[in-house]
Amino acid sequence: MEKRLLLEESLLNLILRRLAFQLIESHQSFEESVFIAIQPRGIELMHAVVKALEEVKAIKPESLQQGTLDITFHRDDFRSGKSLIPKSTDIPFAIEGKRIILIDDVLYTGRTIRAALDALVDFGRPKDAELLVLIDRKLHRDLPIQAKYVGKTIDSIEEERVTVDLEGKSVWITPKTPDNG
Amino acid sequence: MASLSTKHLLGIADLSTEDIQLIHSTADEFKEVLSRKIKKVPSLRDVTIANLFFENSTRTKISFELAEKRLSADVVNFASSTSSTKKGETLIDTVNNILAMKVDVVVMRHPQPGAHRLLSRHIDAKIINAGDGAHEHPTQALLDAYSIRERLGEVGGKKVCLFGDIKHSRVAISNILCLQKLGAEVMVCGPGSLIPKYVNGLGVKVSHNVQEALAWCDVANVLRIQLERQQVRYIPSLREYNQYFGIRKSHLDALDKEIVIMHPGPINRGVEIDSDVADSEHSIILDQVENGVATRMAVLYLLAEA
Repeated sequence: MEKRLLLEESLLNLILRRLAFQLIESHQSFEESVFIAIQPRGIELMHAVVKALEEVKAIKPESLQQGTLDITFHRDDFRSGKSLIPKSTDIPFAIEGKRIILIDDVLYTGRTIRAALDALVDFGRPKDAELLVLIDRKLHRDLPIQAKYVGKTIDSIEEERVTVDLEGKSVWITPKTPDNG
Repeated sequence: MASLSTKHLLGIADLSTEDIQLIHSTADEFKEVLSRKIKKVPSLRDVTIANLFFENSTRTKISFELAEKRLSADVVNFASSTSSTKKGETLIDTVNNILAMKVDVVVMRHPQPGAHRLLSRHIDAKIINAGDGAHEHPTQALLDAYSIRERLGEVGGKKVCLFGDIKHSRVAISNILCLQKLGAEVMVCGPGSLIPKYVNGLGVKVSHNVQEALAWCDVANVLRIQLERQQVRYIPSLREYNQYFGIRKSHLDALDKEIVIMHPGPINRGVEIDSDVADSEHSIILDQVENGVATRMAVLYLLAEA
């Protein structure tokens, strides 16, 4: 199986701008909204989305509340032989009554999002929570979870892996190897 | 990804520098968890832990129990005063009986040095040493080093002096090994009768003068005089000990720098340390207690995972 390109720069920029418009449509000024990126790969996407918001509607990044969430302690596959080293959680604001925009790069089985929703409960009771992902691998859901904002929906097979490279402005589909599985 | 190189935590001697750093960085994340309103994560919800204390303990036992509960583990407690060991049962039989009830991790304190090593050869559960006689107390050393790292930024290159009863202290051995693995320089200071000969083989400095030792170090870790372990009298009296080796405010005032004061507890105020030193702004004694929970959570989490 060859590595193949799923999204290149111009299309990726277009998608980010569309996601920005969709967010503005439902959140307007973002006064009651907070962004929470899932560690580690949701963070770059959050930054890209925030940048797109600035570009399309001059929304200042500093005016948006942004946090990161590590879900390691809430995973359901602990003690299955994988080593799970936590990364930092940093939510420097109250989420009580807020509208959460949860961000991750790829939605696959839905288990990460399940864990994230579980982890968020520890911080308070938000008004609601929505999910934004760049890639939705819709054929592989293990749980009834879906994203409200989707960059691109794809039909990939289990032996493939989706790699989002926002620095290189591209998204790839690569064969799954023991290291990246 | 990284994981610990050992299956049990029997002593600092078994850990690599990377293991200690991994425990510390994991403890950072648990410290963040402990600052939340809901201080609990579900990581160990399918793990059962037995706390076996064959020797008295207050803070270590509470600290372990809190760490276990904040990881959502099921916890059973056992104290030797109420147990069948008094009826003549051997250690291995006692523990095997408890393990027959499906326990995954054993946290044990035992008066016999090496009891944990013996047990690790005979049972399947993960074993964490919460103190074995005058041998090791690894989680105390890990949290002491963590507290130094938190206060001074890093442990490497720092000068740490352990004061007091080195001979009867498991905290001393574990601390010396842990600090050296992290690249700190270590000195011990106390009366000759309480400095054991083995320290010469560990590459630590020895001093018998409190003021000199304080002038040398960045961190002073003051240990308790363990009267309960002393079969013969190593010091003439506690009053005399305080006169020659107690840490007083006047000692600190005579220094031209600020040093960090630590004590693993329980404190004998007016013996090894005076109240105005223990309660001063240089003291991180209560930070040590707080960090104990996060450090023990990290150890339990990393071992349960392996």
